[in-house]
Amino acid sequence: MANLSIAQIEKKANEIRKDIIKMLLAAGSGHSAGPLGMADIFAAFYFAILNHDPHKPFWPERDRLILSNGHICPVRYAAMAEAGYFPVAELKTLRRLGSRLQGHPERLRLPGMETTSGPLGSGLAQAAGYAYAARMDGGRFRVYCVTSDGEHQEGNHWEAVAFAGKYNLANLTAIVDRNNIQIDGFTEDVMPLEPLVEKYKAFNWHVIEIDGHNIQEIIDAVNEARAVYENPTVIIAHTIPGKGVSFMENKFEWHGKPPNPEEAKIALEELRKGAKAE
Amino acid sequence: MLNTKARLSKKIFQKDIEKVATRQGYGEGLVVAGEKNANVVVLCADLTESTRSILFKERFPERFIEVGVAEQALATIAAGMANYGKIPFISSYAAFSPGRNWEQIRTTIALNDLPVIIAGAHAGVSVGPDGATHQMLEDIALMRAMPNMTVIAPCDLIEAKKATVEAAKTQHPVYIRFAREKSPVFTSEKTPFKIGRAEVFWESKSPQAAIIACGPLVYEAMLAAKELDKKGIEVLVINSHTVKPLDTRAIIHAAKITGAVVTVEEHQVTGGLGGAVAEVLAKNFPVPMEIVGMPDCFGESGAPDELLAKYGMKAKDIIEAVKRVLTKKAE
Repeated sequence: MANLSIAQIEKKANEIRKDIIKMLLAAGSGHSAGPLGMADIFAAFYFAILNHDPHKPFWPERDRLILSNGHICPVRYAAMAEAGYFPVAELKTLRRLGSRLQGHPERLRLPGMETTSGPLGSGLAQAAGYAYAARMDGGRFRVYCVTSDGEHQEGNHWEAVAFAGKYNLANLTAIVDRNNIQIDGFTEDVMPLEPLVEKYKAFNWHVIEIDGHNIQEIIDAVNEARAVYENPTVIIAHTIPGKGVSFMENKFEWHGKPPNPEEAKIALEELRKGAKAE
Repeated sequence: MLNTKARLSKKIFQKDIEKVATRQGYGEGLVVAGEKNANVVVLCADLTESTRSILFKERFPERFIEVGVAEQALATIAAGMANYGKIPFISSYAAFSPGRNWEQIRTTIALNDLPVIIAGAHAGVSVGPDGATHQMLEDIALMRAMPNMTVIAPCDLIEAKKATVEAAKTQHPVYIRFAREKSPVFTSEKTPFKIGRAEVFWESKSPQAAIIACGPLVYEAMLAAKELDKKGIEVLVINSHTVKPLDTRAIIHAAKITGAVVTVEEHQVTGGLGGAVAEVLAKNFPVPMEIVGMPDCFGESGAPDELLAKYGMKAKDIIEAVKRVLTKKAE
């Protein structure tokens, strides 16, 4: 990957957001808020952080990015397409019969999709198993796991937090999409997660908190995690669900629905203006 | 009479036949699998001794991973390791794995089609004094319904060891169930074993019924066949150790030559081997059937033999089932 400037990565994030709106409109179902909120993080990963080659998705030395909360897969599909894994035009097949872009992502259908996910709380354990196995063989690549905040209500997730902490999986970095919403409302109303920082620290993790829309902060946090040799690292990324589209921002109503044609038009206009303003 | 091609133990019907639990075969098989392939790893959820994973742990400590009492993590961590390239065996009691972590197995192992071998120890009512919570009787149904999954119920120590070694070679998800209680070691190293292929253990010149069994109860089926033979009732006994994929050719052939089938398993009568055989025969060659197994109820504390007798899974119950099916056949 050619080195892109922060401004260029921000432009990629904007393209990813537009892709998300277009693909959700074409699909007629899917999740809006989460994918939009994670566009900056996925742009940072695919255009600055990951050691990867879109033309060699099975390259053994590649960094692994495990997506635990599979429902935000539109943002990953868009980032992968923009990075060159497959044509951007294919994004419009999302959720269609025969598409490689399933409603929830499947490893066996799309090269570069590192695992199958959707049911929540199981991604970190898979990433931890991956990191443990790689360390057994002296593997040099890093394992990243993107998780939602809501799925921290799952027991399976905390089992994995304990496992990674016990075994000092320093090659593992988790990214928490701390957007404060889930399907039934705000996380702290549905089932409180705080104090999240202290909880991870208690399990022997190195904890970093960042603004999940600041590309530089995202890259810096991952670099800091690389320098920690004793513990796994969790990056708690504060994000705005629906980021970039004013009427979707911070609205949990937009967790699980796509825009209609009129809403999509307004959203795309806002994103075009936003890009110009930058 | 005994099928000589099955090369069963010469001591099969002797009183001093050796008795060992099939879970021991799992432990011994793990060591062999580990010697053959350096990618084999074993994960355990705080049951290292009783699942016999300890044999692997002692031989390959660096390839043994303790995950604590966390069966969902057991399955999902193993999925991650298999995704990387390892061949993980996950050890627990069947009541917890696949009992508690079924969805994790479905999404992260089966849908991903990863080579994780799920070892469910303490399957069946013969778990005994521990009672209903620990007597897993629904595991075959749970796992058989899952695409990409192979399901094996070995009949004795030696077959359990072979199944464990072979499972490591499949490159796909496998579920193997093991028993807690000691049971007769009645096969031999030379007994044929191939995943997906049923073996005729007892044959007759003109069999009137076929007994299709899996797990340690295959031995009860053999005892039943011997008793029936004395009474002039000729049967076949088929060891259908692989419940999925079922050896449909062998089962349809048995139904055609006998016209009556009795299935035997230490599992609920719904959804297990009996269900699998019924599905195949209903579609291809319907014949009268009896299903011997746990009669759609939970178990309780007791001695293993007492429980098998109370819930109707002993040789005498199989004999009664054969008589019933022959009556139905004659109607």
